Amino acid sequence: MNFDFSDDEKHLREEAHRFLRDKCPITRVRAALDAGLDHDPELWREIAAMGWTSITIPEAYGGLGLSQLDLCVIAEELGRSLAPIPTVSSIYMATDALTRLGSEKQKQDWLPRLAQGDTIATVAWAETAAASTSQEAAMRFVGGAISGSKLPVSAGMSANLAIVSARVAEGSGLYLVDLTHAGVTRERIDVVDPTRGHSALHFNNVPAERLGNRDAGELLETILARAAVPTAFEQVAGAEAALQAARGYALERFAFGRQIGSFQAIKHKLADMFVAVQLARSNAYYAAWALSTEDPELAMASACARVSACRAFDLNAQENLHIHGGVGYTWEADCHLHYRRARELSLILGSPLAWKERVARGLEARRSSVRDAA
Amino acid sequence: MDFQDTPAEAFFRGEVKAWLERTAPQHSVSVKLQTAGVTDLAIVEKARGWQRAKADAGYGAITWPQRHGGRDASRMQLVILKQEEARLPVPFGVYAIGLELCLPTIFARGTPEQIERFAGPALRGEEIWSQLFSEPAAGSDVAGVRMTARKDGDDWILNGQKVWTTGAHYSDYGIVLARTDPDKPKHKGMTFFIVDLRAPGVEIRAIRQINGSASFNEVFFTDVRVPDGLRVGDVNDGWSVAMQTLTFERLSIASVEHGKATDIDALVDLAMRIDYDGRPAFRDRAVRERLADWYVEGQGLRYTNYRTLTDISRGVPPGPESSIIKIVKGKRMQDMAAYAMELAEMGGISLADESATFGHAYLYSPSTRIAGGTDEILRNIVAERVLGLPGDIRVDKDLPFNQLKQGL
Repeated sequence: MNFDFSDDEKHLREEAHRFLRDKCPITRVRAALDAGLDHDPELWREIAAMGWTSITIPEAYGGLGLSQLDLCVIAEELGRSLAPIPTVSSIYMATDALTRLGSEKQKQDWLPRLAQGDTIATVAWAETAAASTSQEAAMRFVGGAISGSKLPVSAGMSANLAIVSARVAEGSGLYLVDLTHAGVTRERIDVVDPTRGHSALHFNNVPAERLGNRDAGELLETILARAAVPTAFEQVAGAEAALQAARGYALERFAFGRQIGSFQAIKHKLADMFVAVQLARSNAYYAAWALSTEDPELAMASACARVSACRAFDLNAQENLHIHGGVGYTWEADCHLHYRRARELSLILGSPLAWKERVARGLEARRSSVRDAA
Repeated sequence: MDFQDTPAEAFFRGEVKAWLERTAPQHSVSVKLQTAGVTDLAIVEKARGWQRAKADAGYGAITWPQRHGGRDASRMQLVILKQEEARLPVPFGVYAIGLELCLPTIFARGTPEQIERFAGPALRGEEIWSQLFSEPAAGSDVAGVRMTARKDGDDWILNGQKVWTTGAHYSDYGIVLARTDPDKPKHKGMTFFIVDLRAPGVEIRAIRQINGSASFNEVFFTDVRVPDGLRVGDVNDGWSVAMQTLTFERLSIASVEHGKATDIDALVDLAMRIDYDGRPAFRDRAVRERLADWYVEGQGLRYTNYRTLTDISRGVPPGPESSIIKIVKGKRMQDMAAYAMELAEMGGISLADESATFGHAYLYSPSTRIAGGTDEILRNIVAERVLGLPGDIRVDKDLPFNQLKQGL
């Protein structure tokens, strides 16, 4: 049994940890909250210079050609530092999808720019408050161009490239769209976590190229399943950071003549936060293994990792704020940075409700395959 | 990252499997007897034969030092042996307390004479051991033991009561924590003894549990004479010896794989079979969500165990993640059992139909949240040892034991 990251991967994580501790202290996240942008462009350039926008891009396209496990350890540290940059939509979703599904020309056109960090990419799939699958998409692809609206789109104000789901006469597909085209209108929207902003994107007859040759729903399932894995690592580390913040406050704050961390009501809360983190970490490890080996278990493993990670980060962000008492509810305290990010990450790939349904479908599929075998 | 044995582990597993295939069939017990566990004494006799066979082949207590009859095996080898043994219907559960808790404590803190006297018979299955720490007034606060041990010449005279003693009714020896100096604060006035459970003055009574079975006992001591040669560690230093036992207990728990308690398959099966508003219950969105949550949690437990096994395989102490499993497992079993009963609608009341397994699990489950450390004590341990939070304020810490407030 060797259910752990290798020494090299741990070394990479340690390097990422040190870099972000210096470059992305919580003050920088806070600054992004008020900056009115959808991310911190300077931090994006800095992590691109570290090669983190190009980890799994093959060397032939200017990437580092490293493994999904390497991506996961870096994601962990990006999550721990609450880095205010669009990692999920640009790196875990769009870059990964383009690398796997792109034609040679599409890859040559875009991957080097994504690797260097010059271009931020996004995936525009949701259309309404309740939007999810492309079968319901109102966005149309007709005559080589798309028209319609997408909302919310991660980093929609900054991205230059989008993978857009749209309906066509004979079904649906994913399309690669250059967002600098004049037919694209961007509209900033208020969001739960402004450090990772979202927008509405309106497309008016914008040229689009098909990406991959399958139905949009099917492609999106895989894009989501894969992106959920590094995202879970962000959440696990975010949950750990919230636990550490809560622990620190429980040790410093005195009430009734004692550290509040000496009361069992607080200790047991913190113990439950630790439990949630460990369950999520273990599920995330398994999903990382499934992702890195392209195992058939990936869909189920990533759904488990996602449900577990959403639960851990949401729980810990909520309880961290609560343990801080009234102070935690103030704008000045950092608790709301975790509280906001936890929600944003729980929703960005579709909500935990949808992912629990994926788990339930997986249980049914497993059951019918057992029956078939019998 | 992989889930494979190392070459050395694979070699050991092969050796174990080959031996088990040859030997285990003669020692098999019925499924009924195996699930009845130690409540049926017939399994004790079968277990005795099985332990003897294991000892003859060098598998009796593999992690023990060679000089005491073991083979200095790693904990990972013990895990492998247990994994392979668990696949077969051989008796289990009778010898673990002696071989994994009591004797290792005696190796660590006992005299050469004690080791010489007790190691061999325990290894060969001739003597069965129990642990007698808990008392009616000393549960989570085990240092509150009131059983007294008074010196009388070269002997000690023990009086008092122990409780929750698993297997006392078929055991030969026990390890006992007793109060030797009530004028000292509670942790500083206890001594650790080996006691012959068949000695005059020892009375063992079965405790009937809420599920009707009786796997543990209360044990009454009336003027039980224990020679000073069976004292382990110094007089009044019993707490540190008991701590050593509890460390072995934790290691023992870490070695075993958690089986059925985290296995949600039976619940999923039930939900797919049982009718709910004219369709399988599993088609209901609320049911799907609950079961998905439990499945995810169960996978989290499984892979947490893999992380622990990785540490054990590397020969390093298991990380703090291993301490979450018991916190989650007991309540989880209780909740899942209760939910399964509800899926059967009013039929859940019956312990006679197909949901009976869950009804029985429901009646069994409260014990898993209490035995071996309550949910609350385990959370305290995580909070204090893992997260470094302050211990509770202990009003009894420096007071003489005989001046402490006592309730029930």
